[in-house]
Amino acid sequence: MKHIKTVETRNLCESAKNGGCGECQTSCQSACKTSCGIANQKCENEQKESK
Amino acid sequence: MIHRYKLGGMNIVLDVNTGAVHAVDDVAYDLIGLYEERGRDDAVDAIYEKYKDDGVTRDDVAECYDEVTSLKDSGSLFTPDTFEPMAGELKARTSGVVKALCLHVAHTCNLNCEYCFASQGKFHGERALMSFETGKAALDFLVANSGTRRNLEVDFFGGEPLMNFDVVKRLVEYARSIEKEAGKNFRFTLTTNGVLIDDDVIDFANRECSNVVLSLDGRREVHDRFRVDYAGNGSFDKIVPKFQRLVEARGGRNYYMRGTFTHLNPDFLKDIETMLDLGFNELSMEPVVCAEGDPYALTADDMPIIFEQYEKLAELMIKRRREGRPFTFYHYMIDLSGGPCIYKRISGCGSGTEYMAVTPWGDLYPCHQFVGEEKFRLGDVWHGVTNKEIQGDFASCNVYAREECRDCWARLYCSGGCAANAYHATGSVKGVYKYGCELFRKRMECAIMAEVSRKFGDEP
Repeated sequence: MKHIKTVETRNLCESAKNGGCGECQTSCQSACKTSCGIANQKCENEQKESK
Repeated sequence: MIHRYKLGGMNIVLDVNTGAVHAVDDVAYDLIGLYEERGRDDAVDAIYEKYKDDGVTRDDVAECYDEVTSLKDSGSLFTPDTFEPMAGELKARTSGVVKALCLHVAHTCNLNCEYCFASQGKFHGERALMSFETGKAALDFLVANSGTRRNLEVDFFGGEPLMNFDVVKRLVEYARSIEKEAGKNFRFTLTTNGVLIDDDVIDFANRECSNVVLSLDGRREVHDRFRVDYAGNGSFDKIVPKFQRLVEARGGRNYYMRGTFTHLNPDFLKDIETMLDLGFNELSMEPVVCAEGDPYALTADDMPIIFEQYEKLAELMIKRRREGRPFTFYHYMIDLSGGPCIYKRISGCGSGTEYMAVTPWGDLYPCHQFVGEEKFRLGDVWHGVTNKEIQGDFASCNVYAREECRDCWARLYCSGGCAANAYHATGSVKGVYKYGCELFRKRMECAIMAEVSRKFGDEP
């Protein structure tokens, strides 16, 4: 596209299909300990949808 | 729902419900702002009028309009929220098991930091050390309640956990002895003020801990203002060489140098630069958690300063990355292509359900920040969770549980925020800590901008 460049991202709607394995890190455990943010968590799902 | 913002010389548009991120030119930026309010001809005319003197033709604007429409049709702009009806079910899928414990192995500390949310490690109670037997029961409780989860996290926390280092070592030894047969993989972390770090601790941390969190506030005068021993002596000179040895011995990886900033140093970028100058590259800097009205509590007047600091921090990160001297900042780490799934984004941190804190006496609390608040006691490691009512409050916390989150573009990045912050600010775990939200949104704008810059800026 001429006016818009799109970054490759994980489609959250698609992630509903195979998500929720729960193997990822608990959000603030061993890091900030005083706030919640999940965007910086790494997905550890071995069945993650392919792009 | 979309969110548009300008930062770092870029125009960025987020599609909230798919997580799509677009970098757009000025014409597209303004057109997207009008897209849902006006029809095609009206919108194109308005943008053409604005940009015609810059050499933009009406055909250019019309072409841009069609690009926007194409993204909408393909489901990466103006996507509706379809998650809310299944929020409870999504959270339930991740709530049935315990997978992480914060072990308070020492409710005592060798520093006397006035700003400590844990009241100098005592959590508003008596000083105490966790016995091996209690810690062992906690590990057994974790394994027994972890269902099919393989990765189990245990953080040694306090107070100062190294004041009970022998028990820490014995607990790790015990966990290693049972993990294989139980089909589990323990990930240990250690949060320390550094005073007691020696070669034995360094060997242990580097052998057994997947991460270590090291408390350093930055500039010597900033650090030593609060982080003092009981005689009032600052700890900076004592701990920095120890941290440097520990970090070097672990190859400069898998640690956080974690600072706290307060009303007294809202210009915290200087503290981050001090950390970098000392050779630390994996950094975290957190706003102080304290009662409103404390002399060091952040105020509304601090917000513009802090926002500017976050922006400058993102610029510094981009600059150093381009120079081949990268560093990481905890809140700016964002994996747009492989980040968390929608379950995680809706469920939040898992406090009180999949994550709990254990006191030296074996009592269970929803997280380390609730320890000492008796009404939040969930049970103990021998009998499990007995206070189902309180646990139910935490189980029902999801991104749609807070009215304020429904209109917030950042809700799927923060997942509803910190229950402890919400409780301390509003008296309810389902409240909203307004300052925290403002800071979070700013950090996410900076984080996404830095990542877009990396993707499109020919950076490594």
